[in-house]
Amino acid sequence: MTAITDVPDAPRAARRPQIGNPVLRWLRTNLFSSIPNGILTVVLLAVLGKGVISFVQWGIANAVWLTPANDSSACRAVRGLGACWAIVPEKYRFILFGTYPFDEQWRPALSVLLFIALFYLSTRRALWRRELVFLWIGALALISVLMWGGVLGLSFVSQDRWGGLPVTLILATFGLAFGFPLGILVALGRRSKLPAIRSLSVLYVELIRGVPLVSLLFMASVMFPLFMPSGFNIDKLLRAQIAIILFAGAYLAEVIRGGLQAVPRGQYEAADALGLSYWRKNRLIILPQAIRHVIPPLVNTFIAFFKDTSLVLIIGIFDLLTTAKTAIIDPAWQQFSVEVYIFVAAIYFVFCFAMSRYSRSLEVHSGAR
Amino acid sequence: MTSDAPRPPPRRRFFGAFGRRELKGLFWQVLVVGIAVAVVAFLWSNTVTNLSARRITTGFAFLGREAGMPIADSLLAYSPKDTYLWAFVVGIANTLRVAVIGIVLATILGTLIGISRLSANWLLSRLAAVYVETLRDIPLLLQLLFWYVLMQALPAARTAWRPVEGVFLSNRGLILPAVPVGPPQLSVLGTAALGCVVLYVIRRWLVTQQMRDGRPRPAWPFAMALLIALPAVVSVLLGVSWTIEWPELRGFNFVGGLTLAPEYFALLIALVTYTSAFIAEIVRSGIQSVPRGQWDAANALGLRRSFMLRQIILPQALRVIVPPMTSQYLNLTKNSSLAVAIGYQDVVSIANTTLNQTGQAIEAIALIMAVFLTISLGISFFMNWYNARIALVER
Repeated sequence: MTAITDVPDAPRAARRPQIGNPVLRWLRTNLFSSIPNGILTVVLLAVLGKGVISFVQWGIANAVWLTPANDSSACRAVRGLGACWAIVPEKYRFILFGTYPFDEQWRPALSVLLFIALFYLSTRRALWRRELVFLWIGALALISVLMWGGVLGLSFVSQDRWGGLPVTLILATFGLAFGFPLGILVALGRRSKLPAIRSLSVLYVELIRGVPLVSLLFMASVMFPLFMPSGFNIDKLLRAQIAIILFAGAYLAEVIRGGLQAVPRGQYEAADALGLSYWRKNRLIILPQAIRHVIPPLVNTFIAFFKDTSLVLIIGIFDLLTTAKTAIIDPAWQQFSVEVYIFVAAIYFVFCFAMSRYSRSLEVHSGAR
Repeated sequence: MTSDAPRPPPRRRFFGAFGRRELKGLFWQVLVVGIAVAVVAFLWSNTVTNLSARRITTGFAFLGREAGMPIADSLLAYSPKDTYLWAFVVGIANTLRVAVIGIVLATILGTLIGISRLSANWLLSRLAAVYVETLRDIPLLLQLLFWYVLMQALPAARTAWRPVEGVFLSNRGLILPAVPVGPPQLSVLGTAALGCVVLYVIRRWLVTQQMRDGRPRPAWPFAMALLIALPAVVSVLLGVSWTIEWPELRGFNFVGGLTLAPEYFALLIALVTYTSAFIAEIVRSGIQSVPRGQWDAANALGLRRSFMLRQIILPQALRVIVPPMTSQYLNLTKNSSLAVAIGYQDVVSIANTTLNQTGQAIEAIALIMAVFLTISLGISFFMNWYNARIALVER
């Protein structure tokens, strides 16, 4: 480990004259600036080289990429020496879409594309207007029609047959779409001057944030049926969705509250001076400014939900992680779970990495303004 | 207020003392509280009806019954004949065991990686960045399952890996040499802990002395005496033995040493690596938040590097680091409940089993919430105290 002496902001020793080959100069300043630094570089290179070589041997050189359908013998022959990527083409339909009727799987596939398009459009600054709400409502309605069917000549597919990536996206996106208005109300409630409303909001936020999501999901799966009048039963997926919305609402409320606090006092006073009512003041003056302030943390919160939806595995809902875990129950392929987990991790990574890059760019952008 | 100041025009008043604003406020509060009470009452009456229909008696009487569930890996002595209450206590101990050790390890690893990200060595800072980005963007549960699968794929006890003499890594978990700790050893450790407290008091006194006349007074002789010499003397006087117990393979299993079960080990690795990625970012931004002028000023005073870091840079960085660190500690503790997915019996897993065995859903979940709220409040309380201690004292 190098000492903190290498902090970029730390004052450096006198600058060396800029002479010689630029490549060598780069190597010297960035990798071999001192003897301990040089030793560190060599050690790191050795470890990295060894890791990369053994990964290439396992993951590429000795790997099996394709096998005849339902035949894992080629994979078993290289077990322990090479990866069995053949499990991905073998199982990807199940991992991505679960038990959705095979011939109808274009529908969840299209839904996933719609989700991605929706996220992409929401990142466009030019579209940050009130109309975006209608875009969201329209897209989510379209996705519901696609997934459920029953109209427009699409056959009906009950939600206990849904699975895989669309379920993960549905849980996260609907969690955000419904948790967001809830979060706004609770955040306003927490800053309200009315003691009863304030204490109810605080109670809600602290209770939800104080306990793990797992216990909320247990509550949704076990206690929800007890809460409802007998004979009235809600589907398991919807129950988990409600738990995630309540969870999201509490976390989003805290993020939005931060934004509300960042709005200067003068804005509140000016709105009051104009004689605006409480709701008009918040809707027209305060919230637009507050939410703009907190877009980067909102994106980060969304990344966290997106990852946290995987917890529904514990109550047996078929999201992307659960389908992956189920796919490797098949005895012929059981030994190749690492490959499946890497495949699914890559999917999660692509989504989260894209979102975190976006959030980073927003922060840089707002910092430059 | 002087009496001749212009008085505001009298406001129109409804209902005597209440102004319009107050009345509106009262209306909203009554409405919201009314709705909340109505919803709770509706759920409550449904629950009572449902419970009586299923013949489940409410209350915590079941805690006194025999649990009958096996707990494989526990810190406290437990047998299935014990009560549910004791099973819960064992579960809480298991949660704390993974949370406390996880917090310590994640802080160390996260700090090292956060500092590495700022290193002038390009390769090291890139590697640290890749580590942070990768681990942050993959769900913890997926990482946990991944580690657990790897753990199960390890060789059997007979062909266990031995990275270092006395350390075995096999599908039975990680087995380490250990020093058995009983009451005699504890008394020596207790002496050392007492020494810490005394040392703290002495250090404060030394600092106040230095504040008075500016003469530095070293604390290390006291530290040596209290932390090393005193426990050593006590140890020799009491004749406490500190023999190391080496694990050895007998038949199909290991005897002696300290065993970390695969479930515990996988959970610990997953929690530590995942949380350390977040802590690394916190540490990095904390160090970067110290203005450059502070480094320059410390250099201009000719301070030694270690002194400068300890006395100038770290105290300022900590102010930025501590509040987000608190929420990471809370997250790690809450995330330890994912243990249920791989069968490590923490408090959530035990509550879940209890719930399935007895049907006491409300009580079991209320217990989980109570435990986590208590732990969360405890951590927040400690960290707020610490934060107040290191906070900027403005004149």
